[in-house]
Amino acid sequence: MNVADSAPAMNNLLASNADSQRTLYPYVTGTSVVGIKYKDGILLAADMGGSYGSTLRYKTVERLKSVGKHSIIGASGEISDFQEIMRYLDELILYDNMWDDGNSLGPKEVHNYLTRVMYNRRNKFNPLWNSLVLGGVKNGQKHLGTVNMIGVHYEDNHVATGFGNHLARPILRDEWHENLTFEEGVKLLEKCMRVLLYRDRSAVNKLQIARITEDGVAVFPPYSLKTFWNFNAFQNPTVGAEGSW
Amino acid sequence: MFRNQYDTDVTTWSPAGRLFQVEYAMEAVKQGSAAIGLRSKTHVVLACVNKASSELSSHQKKIFKVDDHIGVAIAGLTADGRVLSRYLRNECINYSYTYESSLPVGRLVVQLADKAQVCTQRSWKRPYGVGLLVGGLDESGAHLYYNCPSGNYFEYQAFAIGSRSQAAKTYLERKFEGFMDAREDLIKDALFALRETLQGEKLTSSICTIAIVGVGEAFHILDQETVQALIDEFEIVGEEPPADEAATPDQSSDAEPGPADQGTPSDQGATPMDI
Repeated sequence: MNVADSAPAMNNLLASNADSQRTLYPYVTGTSVVGIKYKDGILLAADMGGSYGSTLRYKTVERLKSVGKHSIIGASGEISDFQEIMRYLDELILYDNMWDDGNSLGPKEVHNYLTRVMYNRRNKFNPLWNSLVLGGVKNGQKHLGTVNMIGVHYEDNHVATGFGNHLARPILRDEWHENLTFEEGVKLLEKCMRVLLYRDRSAVNKLQIARITEDGVAVFPPYSLKTFWNFNAFQNPTVGAEGSW
Repeated sequence: MFRNQYDTDVTTWSPAGRLFQVEYAMEAVKQGSAAIGLRSKTHVVLACVNKASSELSSHQKKIFKVDDHIGVAIAGLTADGRVLSRYLRNECINYSYTYESSLPVGRLVVQLADKAQVCTQRSWKRPYGVGLLVGGLDESGAHLYYNCPSGNYFEYQAFAIGSRSQAAKTYLERKFEGFMDAREDLIKDALFALRETLQGEKLTSSICTIAIVGVGEAFHILDQETVQALIDEFEIVGEEPPADEAATPDQSSDAEPGPADQGTPSDQGATPMDI
């Protein structure tokens, strides 16, 4: 029973703990997610990297998950916040299933719910530091949208987060069309992911594709893309620069 | 029902296993003026008798729009009904805001029922003295539910509550198997069922209210002219025999519009408040 024991307690009462409870900056982050609508549903692609600042620390992070029967989600940004979002969503789906009444939350509803969560957190200055892609099919209706940490949300035929917006979307604007087959869709996504692999320093060469159709969700096993580095410009790169090595 | 020593508190059981306060609340529903609901695969029609307490007063509102896809008709303590309608509207709008989609009727009805149940298990509360016919549309089709003061709810193809509702129920029991998707036929059946509860009194648009919701049609209350036109159309065709007693009461109800007629010729049986 020392006086010293009560000192930390007094400290807690005197000092505000508010800052230690708010998100200030992200720690372990995922990079781009790319999503497209195709003939039978939605395809999402994301690599399996979890960066710790500039270190490519974790290489088997699953950033694509299914949500209920009708939706899939891909997340970039803080991985622990994504795990928190998954807890919210799993609870949402659980309560939805507990009604047991033939009604179920579709991708549009989940997307809107997420938007409310993200925006409300932002308003409290305690954001979930993520950019999310939400896609799904329900009753033949395809839905593909995105929400980010400040609550900005929109839907489109193809969406991406982070670097994907700058590198992948221009490709998709040129080459996406209605009624892509599954193979065409995957090829298109791989083209986007390859560019991201070359140009995004937080990308790792191990990616996953997820698909959702009216029949259900499939998150495919991870694989790597073939890359080519033998460009002439990369041989003897310092030949023109004096003093360089 | 007679007074007894177990009916003071809603939280007191009788030895026979009854909660008398809840049953008395259901009596209040039976004493209210009639409300009827019927549904087809694509539409739900709600109809109610709206009798003004005197010539000088307005009618009580007994049908409420809860959302574009849901409406309710009430019978019993209309004040309780109004309060519950506000709760229902709130639930619908909160769901729409969060999920950008319509609250399924079945879920709204369960929430309402659970709210009513609370009042049957708190000593400082009393049950809501109103029965609600909740009609609405969702993904799984058109639905009609009846919510009881007891906290029970049932789904119906067609139902009637309030005074002389048995007459309407008898009519509906005969006709419900034929409820087709044609919304005009559904409204016609609602009007006929409503007429049954009037027990011979002439059916005019000034004493009834009709509302409808359907696929591609938001919940709305039909205006008086439309209703009167429908009544005229159906009564002229004269398909249903029960209209026989309407012959003599006609003279007494015709006398009413006379003094009230301030020069608006087309208003059949309109009360002063309507002009």
